[in-house]
Amino acid sequence: MADTVVVPYFRLAWAWCRALAQYPVSLTLLTLAQLGTTTVELAALFFVFGHVDALAGFTLHEALLIYGLTGTAFCLADLLMGSTERLGEHVRKGGFDVMLVRPVSPLVQLATDGFSPRRLGKLVPGLVALVVALGVLEISWTPGRMAMVPVLVVSGAVICCSLWVIGACMQFFIAEARELSNAITYGGYALSEYPLAIYGRDIVRAVTFVVPLAFVSWQPALYLLGRPDPLGMWPWLRYASPVVAVLLCAVAALTWRVGLRHYRSTGS
Amino acid sequence: MRVLLAVFAYGLRRYSTYRWATAASVVVNSVFGVINALVLLAVFETRPQINGYTAADAVTQVFLAQAFIGVTAIFGPPLELGERIRDGQVAMDLMRPVGFVRWWLATDLGRAAFNVLARSVPTFAVGVVLFDLALPAEPLRWVAVLVALVLAALVGFGLRYLYALAGFWLLDTRGVDAVAWLLGPFCSGMILPLVLFPDAVAAILRTLPWAALVQVPAEILLGRTVLPGGTLGGLAYQAAWAAALLVLGTVLTARATRRVVVQGG
Repeated sequence: MADTVVVPYFRLAWAWCRALAQYPVSLTLLTLAQLGTTTVELAALFFVFGHVDALAGFTLHEALLIYGLTGTAFCLADLLMGSTERLGEHVRKGGFDVMLVRPVSPLVQLATDGFSPRRLGKLVPGLVALVVALGVLEISWTPGRMAMVPVLVVSGAVICCSLWVIGACMQFFIAEARELSNAITYGGYALSEYPLAIYGRDIVRAVTFVVPLAFVSWQPALYLLGRPDPLGMWPWLRYASPVVAVLLCAVAALTWRVGLRHYRSTGS
Repeated sequence: MRVLLAVFAYGLRRYSTYRWATAASVVVNSVFGVINALVLLAVFETRPQINGYTAADAVTQVFLAQAFIGVTAIFGPPLELGERIRDGQVAMDLMRPVGFVRWWLATDLGRAAFNVLARSVPTFAVGVVLFDLALPAEPLRWVAVLVALVLAALVGFGLRYLYALAGFWLLDTRGVDAVAWLLGPFCSGMILPLVLFPDAVAAILRTLPWAALVQVPAEILLGRTVLPGGTLGGLAYQAAWAAALLVLGTVLTARATRRVVVQGG
């Protein structure tokens, strides 16, 4: 695993980083622009809370925790796996054939193609929000809760990475489906920026059992805050994020295999 | 003029070939519309009115904004002009016996026209079906909305033309584009209606061209234009920005073409 996936991943990603570092001004500006995209979303959250004290019973700081968990997980996934959404383009232009004949896993090649450290910029607001929220909220810290914070962040990131891969695999079947996969990835991000309770029971059920976005930030936040689920879902769901991450990762791997088997080259 | 009409038609036809991509865009715009609408409904749950907006007004603006994404290209795509400046193909465009700005305007309006039919209408229809929108009863207001839509497309083109034109000086417009796709949605009232912004910020944003893309058209639809002159004032604001951007674009084109150097052997 380490030799076939992790090492090539970092080597290829590092090669792209070095290439981009040849244009330091451009890299800096584009990183700042990426930082801007998530900063304005955070600003919007603050503007909203300028008008109300609580959304669905969640205060600004609690919403900040949810935003922080979402932002960190999604932007980590975007950094690591975001390039996979360009699969359709590679299929159309024939570049995917080249990946298949190289002696590195095509998924690793796809994920690192055009790897862009500027996406780190996006991560900053989410991470800051998360740290600030964990600091200001009066969470009853136990050793278990403390240890769970990194586990929850990693689980969230794994869930998001899996969604990105599953979304990309749709492009094996419909080459122009990039936008559709964006509905899951970026749409999922937009959805889970806010406390899910505001969307009502049906949507929360869908993002718990169909597209498990609820385990990225909503259930983890309920766990950290020690709050009962306002929608009255099973209380043990809040412990399920790591399990869901592993399961979804398996689903993503399976989808990738099915997609790969389905792949026919574009022809002449 | 006949040439420009042909170019317009070609732009329209060209985009109509990407059917799946268009259908996917409608899905994405609708999904984002639903998410934004539900967030705003939660906000208005505790306060029935914020700065004169009701929940229905806010949700209406959300779907108008989603319907305008394709037409105004507020999140991109950039004009191909930028790429053509970089790789030198712009030399070909400059040789054409048609005005440079007019040529690009005609292509882009073709794209916008296709987007109105294939993206704006279905996306807005999703909003009408799923939510209680504040829709005007009088037909005249719908006419005003259509005019606002055309003016928004012109402003959208004017802005993107300037972004692309920066390529004559910078060669690579990707940095400009990245900043533009970030500022546009925020300053236009797409991410959040400007009425929910702090008053001072909103006051500044209401003087900038981006407000003509979403906020002003939305207020024309809602009949809540805060500009003097009501609906006509709103249209005048959009028209003024469209004219200013197009004039600026024309002036800068003249300057840029004097300094253009096409590389290659």
